[in-house]
Amino acid sequence: MAPILDIQNLYKSYGSTEILKDINVSIEPGDFLVLVGPSGCGKSTLLNCIAGLEPISGGTLMIGGQDMNDVSPKDRDIAMVFQSYALYPTMSVAKNITFGMKVRGVDQATQDKKLAEVAQQLQIEPLLKRRPGQLSGGQRQRVAMGRALVRDPKLFLFDEPLSNLDAKLRVEMRTEIKALHQNLGASMVYVTHDQIEAMTLATKIVVMKGGVIQQIGTPAEIYNQPANLFVADFMGSPAMNLIPAKTRTDAAGTQLEIDRPGGAPIVLTDTRARDLPADVILGLRPEDIAEPGYRSGETVQQADCKVEIVEPAGADTYVVTTLGGKLVTARLHSDTQAAPGVNHTFAFDLGKVSYFVPETGERIA
Amino acid sequence: MTDVPYSPARQSSAGKVALRWGLYLILGIFAVYYLMPLFVMITTSLKSLEEIRTGDLVSLPREVTFDAWAKAWSGACTGIQCEGVRPYFWNSVLIAVPGVLISTLLGAVNGYVVAQWRFKGANVIFALMLFGCFIPFQVVLLPMARMLGLLGMAGTIPGLIFVHVIYGIGFTTLFFRNYYVTIPVELVKAAKVDGASFLRIFWSIFLPLSIPIIVVSVIWQFTQIWNDFLFGVSFSSAGTQPVTVALNNIVNSTTGVKEYNVDMAAAIIAALPTLLVYVVAGKYFIRGLTAGSVKG
Repeated sequence: MAPILDIQNLYKSYGSTEILKDINVSIEPGDFLVLVGPSGCGKSTLLNCIAGLEPISGGTLMIGGQDMNDVSPKDRDIAMVFQSYALYPTMSVAKNITFGMKVRGVDQATQDKKLAEVAQQLQIEPLLKRRPGQLSGGQRQRVAMGRALVRDPKLFLFDEPLSNLDAKLRVEMRTEIKALHQNLGASMVYVTHDQIEAMTLATKIVVMKGGVIQQIGTPAEIYNQPANLFVADFMGSPAMNLIPAKTRTDAAGTQLEIDRPGGAPIVLTDTRARDLPADVILGLRPEDIAEPGYRSGETVQQADCKVEIVEPAGADTYVVTTLGGKLVTARLHSDTQAAPGVNHTFAFDLGKVSYFVPETGERIA
Repeated sequence: MTDVPYSPARQSSAGKVALRWGLYLILGIFAVYYLMPLFVMITTSLKSLEEIRTGDLVSLPREVTFDAWAKAWSGACTGIQCEGVRPYFWNSVLIAVPGVLISTLLGAVNGYVVAQWRFKGANVIFALMLFGCFIPFQVVLLPMARMLGLLGMAGTIPGLIFVHVIYGIGFTTLFFRNYYVTIPVELVKAAKVDGASFLRIFWSIFLPLSIPIIVVSVIWQFTQIWNDFLFGVSFSSAGTQPVTVALNNIVNSTTGVKEYNVDMAAAIIAALPTLLVYVVAGKYFIRGLTAGSVKG
């Protein structure tokens, strides 16, 4: 099928400042694309470019196979949900939802029918007569979604729609958006700075930094094979452990030598890695550092390390130690015996290890 | 320890009451001082000429008569004509009402554009308009007279409306711009995606939000235009003078006995509409002036 959204070599600059550099993304119908990155990375600007609210400085942007360079927002067949909801303050909820149809001259019967459908779908029927000012944050969010849903567009755009909600509501609405996407099968582009939102919602993630795409991939690809140190550090909570190591290759595999404070360096052997440079940065997710009893297999090796901090988090306990001059977090079970200041045996599972070049930060395939 | 004769709390509360009364007293004195002229005007306008000549300036009228009011309204002489302030009062209405409406509407559109549709040079244009607020009336008199002559509007009521609209746009733009700047830009974006046009967004979304600032603009412009004397006296001709000019003529051109009661009544009539606007809309005026500072 033709991509619903196809962006080629897109550039965007304000004066001499380049905000977006050489953006190439395309999504298939039904995809849920999440643009994620720290503030100022250009993700919202990219969304505004897709919506047509900002002109692009170079490249092409196609929606549904049509070039959108000179098409105004209203003719792009998109709907957008904003961070501040942007509900029209003087209109009732019903009027807010039907405003787009009214402007486009849709007849009253169709308006009423669509309004009823959407209100039922989002369970906002009792609110239809109220003004936005009389609604709670979560209710406003629903109305903003309703305004987008009623349009039934080719493409939904979400600009950090959950960041104004409190933590509990945010998780609830996240689930609802996911359910909505599954039920509608609609194509969506979603901007967030929250990597957990990105992981849970996306079928495809774009990680951005400084106006440049760092990596495009499925949540699993981004999580397991980060393209560089930035992506490795940004995605996942707690962050991936990035440990400097020296390598030595022999017949058995590659030995990784990692400095350990107050003792000999620990040596881990990766039987699969070949041809690594002398210095690498080792990327290990906290869940790949476990307690000996819980992990086994040929990729698992044990080593003793001095525990510095123990952080119980309910289901898991995060245990922090120092390796290679960096704080390293291990995700252990809540019944762990690890205690601060005492040596503890950890099982390092190199099955999902990533290697990066220290100078460039790029992944070694 | 329970029986303490000296109670600092009570002392200070007595002190507070004294302070409060002192405050009220001072405020009362200022209020009386401020309202004195109005009191003298009203009482004088209700007295007969005979009583004014023989009586005390601040005493209440012995016999209330509305003769002076009737004369001021429709019989007092301005030079050779003796029609009172009535025709000029209507001139002022004909100038002020369209002048207020047009300048407010233009200010709203300007403010909307400058605040929400940031185009290249928007700030420069706004700064220039703001600069217009600080140009003294006297500076524009001659160029404006020349311009009105070229436009064929010299000495006409539309000419005066034109002058007041031009002079008011700077202020009304400032009011509306500062009000609209507090409205999130996402509102315009949302409406654009919904398919609304420039004017539709203004009409359906921004104008309904603007009641407080419209009230501010209307009061400000009405007061300015109604109370204006300089433009009125410079750019009007015999039949198109506003009430302020007529009042001046009545007071300054009487021959023989000076009719203080008629002068006072005419002055009150001339001031009544602005007074009324403040009483009716004053509450909204204060609310509108502070509306931009606190977001709902």
